Amino acid sequence: MKVPLSWLKEYVDIDLSLIELSDVLTMAGLEVEDVLLVGLPNPYEQAGAPQRREVSIHGLSWDPEKLVVAQIDEVMPHPNADRLVLCRLNDGTGELVVLTGAPNLFEYKGIGPLAKPLKVAYAREGARLYDGHQPGLVLTTLKRTKIRGVDSFSMVCSEKELGISEEHEGIIILDDNAPTGMPLVEYMGDAVLEVNILPNMIRNASLVGIAREVAALTRKPLRKPQTSLPANGPSIAGKARIQITDPQLNARFVLGMLEGAEQRPSPYRVQLRLRLAGMRPINAVVDATNYVMLEIGQPLHAFDYDVLVKRAGGQTPTIITRAAHPGEKLTTLDGAVRKLDDFTVLVCDTAGALSLAGVMGGLESEITPATRNILLEGATWNFVNTRRTIFSQKLSSEAGYRFSRGVHPALSSEGVKLCLLRMAEWSGGVIYSDLVDEYPLPAADVKAEISTGDVKRLLGIELAADEIAALLGRLEFACRVEGDTVFVQTPPHRMDIGTGVIGRADLAEEVARIYGYDRIPSTYMAEELPEARIRRPIQVEKLVRETLARLGLQEVINYRLTSPEREARLTAAQPEAAQPASITIKNPLSPERSVMRRSLLAAVLDTLEKNARLRDRLALFEVGPVFLPVEGQPLPDEAPRLAMAMTGVRRTDAWDSHDAAQLDFYDLKGVVEALLDSLHIGNVSYAPAEHPAFHPGKSTQVSANGVVLGVLGELHPQVKARYDFLAPAVLAAEFDLAALVEASASRYEIQPVPVFPPVLEDLALIVDESVLAVDVEAAIRQGGGKLLTEVRLFDIFRGEQIGAGKKSLAYALSYQAADHTLSPGEANQIRQRILRRVEQAVGAQLRS
Amino acid sequence: MGEDVNILEELDRVQQKGLDALASVQNEADLQAWRTAHLGRSAPVMLAFTRLGQISKEMRPAVGQKANQVKVALETALEARAEVVKNASLRQKLDTEQLDVTLPGRRPTLGRLHPAAQALSEIIHIFEEMGFQEYRSPEVETDEVNFELLNIPAHHPARDMWDTFHTTVPGTILRTHTSPGQIHAMRELCPKPIRVILPGMVYRYEQTNASHEMQFNQVELLAVGKNITLGDLKGTIEGFARRMFGETVRVRMRPSYFPFTEPSADVVMECFVCDSKGCQVCKYSGWLEIAGCGMLHPVVLQNGGYDPAVYSGFAAGLGPERIALLKYQVDDIRNFWQNDIRFLEQF
Repeated sequence: MKVPLSWLKEYVDIDLSLIELSDVLTMAGLEVEDVLLVGLPNPYEQAGAPQRREVSIHGLSWDPEKLVVAQIDEVMPHPNADRLVLCRLNDGTGELVVLTGAPNLFEYKGIGPLAKPLKVAYAREGARLYDGHQPGLVLTTLKRTKIRGVDSFSMVCSEKELGISEEHEGIIILDDNAPTGMPLVEYMGDAVLEVNILPNMIRNASLVGIAREVAALTRKPLRKPQTSLPANGPSIAGKARIQITDPQLNARFVLGMLEGAEQRPSPYRVQLRLRLAGMRPINAVVDATNYVMLEIGQPLHAFDYDVLVKRAGGQTPTIITRAAHPGEKLTTLDGAVRKLDDFTVLVCDTAGALSLAGVMGGLESEITPATRNILLEGATWNFVNTRRTIFSQKLSSEAGYRFSRGVHPALSSEGVKLCLLRMAEWSGGVIYSDLVDEYPLPAADVKAEISTGDVKRLLGIELAADEIAALLGRLEFACRVEGDTVFVQTPPHRMDIGTGVIGRADLAEEVARIYGYDRIPSTYMAEELPEARIRRPIQVEKLVRETLARLGLQEVINYRLTSPEREARLTAAQPEAAQPASITIKNPLSPERSVMRRSLLAAVLDTLEKNARLRDRLALFEVGPVFLPVEGQPLPDEAPRLAMAMTGVRRTDAWDSHDAAQLDFYDLKGVVEALLDSLHIGNVSYAPAEHPAFHPGKSTQVSANGVVLGVLGELHPQVKARYDFLAPAVLAAEFDLAALVEASASRYEIQPVPVFPPVLEDLALIVDESVLAVDVEAAIRQGGGKLLTEVRLFDIFRGEQIGAGKKSLAYALSYQAADHTLSPGEANQIRQRILRRVEQAVGAQLRS
Repeated sequence: MGEDVNILEELDRVQQKGLDALASVQNEADLQAWRTAHLGRSAPVMLAFTRLGQISKEMRPAVGQKANQVKVALETALEARAEVVKNASLRQKLDTEQLDVTLPGRRPTLGRLHPAAQALSEIIHIFEEMGFQEYRSPEVETDEVNFELLNIPAHHPARDMWDTFHTTVPGTILRTHTSPGQIHAMRELCPKPIRVILPGMVYRYEQTNASHEMQFNQVELLAVGKNITLGDLKGTIEGFARRMFGETVRVRMRPSYFPFTEPSADVVMECFVCDSKGCQVCKYSGWLEIAGCGMLHPVVLQNGGYDPAVYSGFAAGLGPERIALLKYQVDDIRNFWQNDIRFLEQF
């Protein structure tokens, strides 16, 4: 909402600076987003141009010495140019000749001295203005020059040059009463506050609304415009009828009438205000409807009465409000033919639709230069229907903006009356002394209450009932105090106050706003602390992420939205396989982000691919949900996952070492082992994996106590080929985080540090190539029993010495007892048991 | 007898000669040679011991004693010299072992948490210290929980505040804020008092640009109890801001509007980048917006199972990425989910 300061001051005295006013409004929930100066001096420049500016103030300040009101007494032809004229002008200090090309002066050219001088905005040499001939706002200083042989050192200004609007077709012609010689800034300098209207404050989308807030916040009286119609006008009886089909859609409809209006422009002062408020002046009649809408917040619509009579076949027109019929169409003011929905409400007459109720008028009955008699509509429309119509028709308007948020029905008649008065003032005509007023669904007379206890309980401040009543009274709530309770009647311009317990909260907010949020002391909850809850999944997730970072992996966080094609890359080894269903977005921003991900690994691999050429070595992980649709349920299973991926060299080059060894299966497996270790997950087993994304011979499924935790391995060559990776291998893993949480031990036992020294022994065992390391180790552990405390594979050897199809696995073993030092005999016994066991279990022979 | 006296003098000379020779010993090898020559088996002083038998009985104790003194003197001198030589040779060794300490070290790979996760956990940690516990709720939500139970009926003007991703399942959407977690938490915990934080990803149907993302984290704060006030909300947010941004930071609450809170407020904080003097980050206003908050709307309390005549509470929402943007002066929010390693490695 654009609020011209001079207009605001019509309703309330303001003795605050622009900065103070902005702060007061902002701190009451009417955020001043910026201030546009149209003439007034910039308070920050006056205060020494500080760097900190709590409100953004910009625009043009008019130098009182250089920009003044002047009068043109005669418009004369230019001796050398048809498209220029010379003005005999008085700027209050004396007579001058000023050259201009303004087309709106040509009608006065050569007609001699003007009977009624034209008042204009006059700029002297050295004035700072916007350049009217350049696009946008380019500041320039008026310099002395010669145009076609005539001296030019000053000029008469257009709106663009003064920073009022983009208008540069002609110069501004001020109202006749503008005092010649007065500094322009004094006469019409202004500032426009851009106030952000919150959705629940639509009552303040008007000058009076803002003024009411300023009055309440600064304890000044509010001057509301007078709305009593002259009693001596003709009566509207028999001139028009109203038929409301559904009061739920149209709670009130008011008509007023003006006879014999002249179609002419509004006074310049009115045009200026409309422009500063962001609307385009049209003519005095239409301007009055817009002016009053901005003034009190009631949108209005003017019909050409004679057109309505004609449509009614010369009979008394009947205005009918109803929902649109199926397939009904209407051509609106903007020339668009609109196909209407059944929820759209129309203003019609007996001949058909006239306008989209509360949004935009129809073309046929609009005000034309021939219009003399005006039927003026002020109505109240259902905000839901208005809102649906705006969305459906993709049509926004100032009226629709207000009606879609709710306008109080009391404003219908106030708006019509005020508008008739303004119209008669600016376009002439006779106002009918009464209104046609159908009000089938009167607004609820909302009565709410709030007690001193409510204020204490919700706001934490102690206020007496009288103080509460005084604060609310400043916003026109009618208050009655009984004991500790304030009984409140809501004023007839707002619809945001509820009753009962909701009303208490609504009123508490108003009390807090006017009292000042800043004055409410900060406290800390005295309330009892809720019981603490165990949050094992959250703790484990944190531990997983921190452990992986410690192990040198970089965390990534990807968009959860992806495309089926991206995810399908992972199943490239089975390209024909049908893709499972995903949570699909109905209104995606792009096909690339059209479903919720099903695979976290796919996301991490995308990121790995994107970064692969930036680093020799990359190791990434992500923790987060995947979204798995559940048959028959509206919501998916949001299953937490952990994905890891790494590629490149094992060790990045240093200046003295250049190791080209690549990361392989065992690097990632080592990370997984360390992770499981940190989670104290025991009894881990590794079985061959059957997963389409992985190399069948270089991948494994990881389980703990028989429960599958996840899969890890090298990407299947066909899958890898779908990505842009240079390195020979990409290692990847995906784990079920919930399974990790379940398997992780929150309690575990610590073994005492041994007191007696171990017996250390190396054993090299020759086995068939097909024997798995895990089985050899299991047999060693079985044979060794409790006294075997450590088994570490330290070498694998293949060669002629041990025969083809064989391998030698070398283990470093520790034998140790908790209560004594093992004798050589005992150690030998353990060794013999191990050798027997490995021979039985895996056919191993001791390599001698 | 005279010869025996000469032996004593001889021993004095042996000592003097030994000490003189020792003075010029500079290294370990010479030291060894000196030891062999002056304290070895055939060194003069050692020979003096072996020849003691040939010395007259009267002189024998004197000569023995003298030889012993000489031996001890030489040994002591040797030890002292050895120390000097060792120190000198160590010094010499150290002098030749000069590294170029400006050459780069061999770094183990340092993994890092994602910057958004770091910001999130910093915020969570602060609120945990203040007695709030983490609570999670789903990212794919029903329209009912995301909007209607939060006092935002269909076609309510407030719906304009959230551009929504709809799924192909009618009534199922991607949550537009973490606030639906309020309903889940209340319904689970009612009638107990509540003090939880609800962090997580939310989604907006919004073209992405430098300051807008379609997906971002929020942290929702929720407290429900019998005596919780707007002052408590203010104190809690201030407590957070001081821990997050510094002890002296000043916070202001301005009235605002959210359908699920009443009264509602925006929280602005003095700009920590410029110390509130005015800079690009705070757009020269001296203030930064850090949170939206308010007292729980009676309808929301009711929908959560709490009687609004008895219970009150507050909710607040913060954006971790926005805080990280401000804190590290990142100029484009899209950096967070682009996951360019060159960005991530800087945190």
